[in-house]
This record gives sequence, structure tokens and C-alpha cells, in this order.
Amino acid sequence: MASAGPEGAEVAQTATEYVSHHLGFLRYGRTEDGTWGFAHSVEEADAMGFWAINVDTMLISVLLGLLFVGVFRFCIKNATVENPSMFQNIIESIVEMVQNSVNSSFDHKNNLIGPLALTIFCWIFLMNTMDIIPVDWIPLLAQTVAGDSHLYFKAVPTTDLNITMGFAISVFFLIIFYSIKMKGLGGFLGEFAFQPFGKWAVPLNLLLELPGFLAKPVSLGLRLYGNFFAGEVIFLVIALLGWYQLPLHFGWAVFHILVITLQAYLFMMLTIVYLNQAHSHH
Amino acid sequence: MNLNATIFGQSIAFFFFVWFCMKYVWPPIVAILEERQKRIADGLEAAERARVDLEKAQAESADQMKDAKVEAAALIDQANKRANQIVEEAKEQAREEGKRIIAGANAEIEQEINRAKEHLRAQVSSIAIAGAEKILEKSVDQAANEEMLNKLASEL
Repeated sequence: MASAGPEGAEVAQTATEYVSHHLGFLRYGRTEDGTWGFAHSVEEADAMGFWAINVDTMLISVLLGLLFVGVFRFCIKNATVENPSMFQNIIESIVEMVQNSVNSSFDHKNNLIGPLALTIFCWIFLMNTMDIIPVDWIPLLAQTVAGDSHLYFKAVPTTDLNITMGFAISVFFLIIFYSIKMKGLGGFLGEFAFQPFGKWAVPLNLLLELPGFLAKPVSLGLRLYGNFFAGEVIFLVIALLGWYQLPLHFGWAVFHILVITLQAYLFMMLTIVYLNQAHSHH
Repeated sequence: MNLNATIFGQSIAFFFFVWFCMKYVWPPIVAILEERQKRIADGLEAAERARVDLEKAQAESADQMKDAKVEAAALIDQANKRANQIVEEAKEQAREEGKRIIAGANAEIEQEINRAKEHLRAQVSSIAIAGAEKILEKSVDQAANEEMLNKLASEL
């Protein structure tokens, strides 16, 4: 699959097919004939509408979440105060990094923020790291397990807009929840209506404040999605180059190590900052 | 847009993992970190306290040393003074003893002289009589002259 020959229109067709196949989801939903099942083509998947689920990204996402809590629980089980192992040191340094970020950006007392930031950072980091694994390996494994050589399988959850927007709307929900909890419904809505120009310019204030508020989850979700979808497409194009892909893949993967960490950190920091705003009275 | 129900699935999974992390992951690790911080702080504090104690003990021992030195110096001084005093006293005693011995000797000498004088006086009278006997060539009545001779002897 990764080695397409350098000749003619047929090859271009193959390359397009290769890329679009890799961008397709293993989607479970209602098919056109009214029964529930997996989609067998991109068109069929698109026709399923909203009430369908991307089994591949959802599965990988949950597995990585379990990996995250599993690794941390394993560390806690063997943790000591006096004589921490190398593994415990690594886990502790991650927790301390998150703790420092929370302490520096969050001025209120809320026991949720630390675990929330840690979960976001580690989970998104793991999801992003799936990016480094050569693009054919996991789909090939899934195809072998399923016994279907045409199976769609998307291995990097953050290249699925649903996953990233799932994060974003969850954070958005928390922003609204804590805004109302800290300021009351009136105080929360008042921030849109009576700022920045006072109560005689309510429509103008709404026009200025609401888009900024609604842009928070959209920008959160789309930034992560955009980075990794684009990165994935480049990986797929590189994978079409035959043996030449090896140095190129290596270079792009090294560059992506930076992107992986940066995007996970950015998502975590923005969540902390947004929740800090939700707790503060303006 | 390619949104579907996965977004809800992901949100549910998200809240589950955040809840799990909040309940079973974050608190134990933070507790370990805080416990270690506390122990390190305690250890440093104990070390600081020990340092202060040591300094205090050193100052105290130096003070005691100084006091002991002053005391020792005073004792030596006193002892020297006492020794001088004893020597002076002994000298004084010796001087007095000497004086006394000299005085005794003087008195004895005086006595001896007197005794010799007495002896001499007695002999002189007999010599004078013998001389006079010789001069007179005749026996003088000793009894008749005794009074005169005694008078002469007492005049000597």
C-alpha cells in the first residue's frame, strides 16, 4: 500500500484512493436500507448523518484514556515518599508540571482543575502520539484482526473532529457551569449584556461579547483537529513515496514530537485560563 | 461538517476519566509530593536548629574556657602572693631568731667575761700578796692585812 509506482493516471487514482481510505472512519450507524451496522464506504458513512459513531477513534481514545489512568494507578500502587523509582519520578514531574501551570494561571480554589488539566494533557498527548506510529500499522492490524482487508480504521483520535470537539464542548460546559456557579445566572449573563459599554448599549455589548465566548470551544477543538489532520495528511503523502518515505517520515515525525507536546500543553493551558476567567468577576 | 454522536461519546469518556483522575489519581500523587516537601522542610529546619544549637554550645564553651582561664590566672596570682608572703614571714622569723641567738650569745659572753673578771680579781689579790711577801721579805700577818687586801681587790 505504501509503495505506489511512479506511472500514469491509474497511479494517481491509487494514491487518491489510498489517502481517502486512510481518512475514512470505521463508522457504526443506520445504513440506507434502515438497518444498523458498519459503513462500507466513505459515501455510506457520510449518509449516516448525526446518529452514528466513529468506532475506531472512539475505541483508541478510550484505550488511551485507560492507558493513562492505568499507568498512573500502577505508579501510585508502588509509590513511596522516601525512595521514588525512576518511573515514579517521571510521573511526579508530569504532575508537578501540571500543578505549576495550574498555580501560575488559576487564582481560585477548585479541586477539579488539577485533575482536569492532568487528564487533558496526558490524554491528548497520548492521542497525538499515535501520530508517530507509521500510518499503515494500526489500520493493518485492525484489518488483520477483523479479517477484512478493506476495513476503514483511523488510528489518531485527534484527527477526528468529533474527538477534539468532544473535548472542547466538555470544557465549554465546565466554563458555563462554573461561571453560573461563581457569579449566578444573572452575573454570568450580565457579563455579556453590560460590558464593555454599560447597560445602555446592550445589543452592541452582546454583539461584541457573545462571539468571543462562543469562539472559545470552536477555537480549542479546531486548533487541535487542524494541526493533527494536516499532519496526518502529510504523513499519508509521505507514505506514498516508496522507500524515500523513510528519511522524510523520520523528519516529519521528529518535527511532530514538538507539535504533539505543544498542542497538548496548549489545550491544557487554555482550559485552565478559560476556567480561571469563568471563576473571576470582570 | 462531519460531526456525529462520537462527540457525545467522547464527552462522556472525558468526564469519566476526569472524575477517575480526580478521585484516584491526583490526590494520592499530590499527597506524596506534599509529604515529601514537608519532610524536606522538616529536615532542613532540624538541620538549621542543630546549627544554631552548635553555635550556641560553641559560644558557651568559649565563655567557660575564658572564665576558667581568668580563674586559673587569679589562683596562680594568689598562690604566688601567698608564697611570697610565706617566704617573707620565714625571713622575718629567721631574722628574729638570729637576733635572739645573737642576744643570747652576747649575754653568755658578758657572763663569761664577768666570771673571768671575778676569777682574775681573786687571783690578782693572791698574786699581789705573794708579790708583797716577796717585797717585804718577811711574812706578813695574813690575817692583819686581809682587810686591806680585800679593799684593794674590790677596787680593781
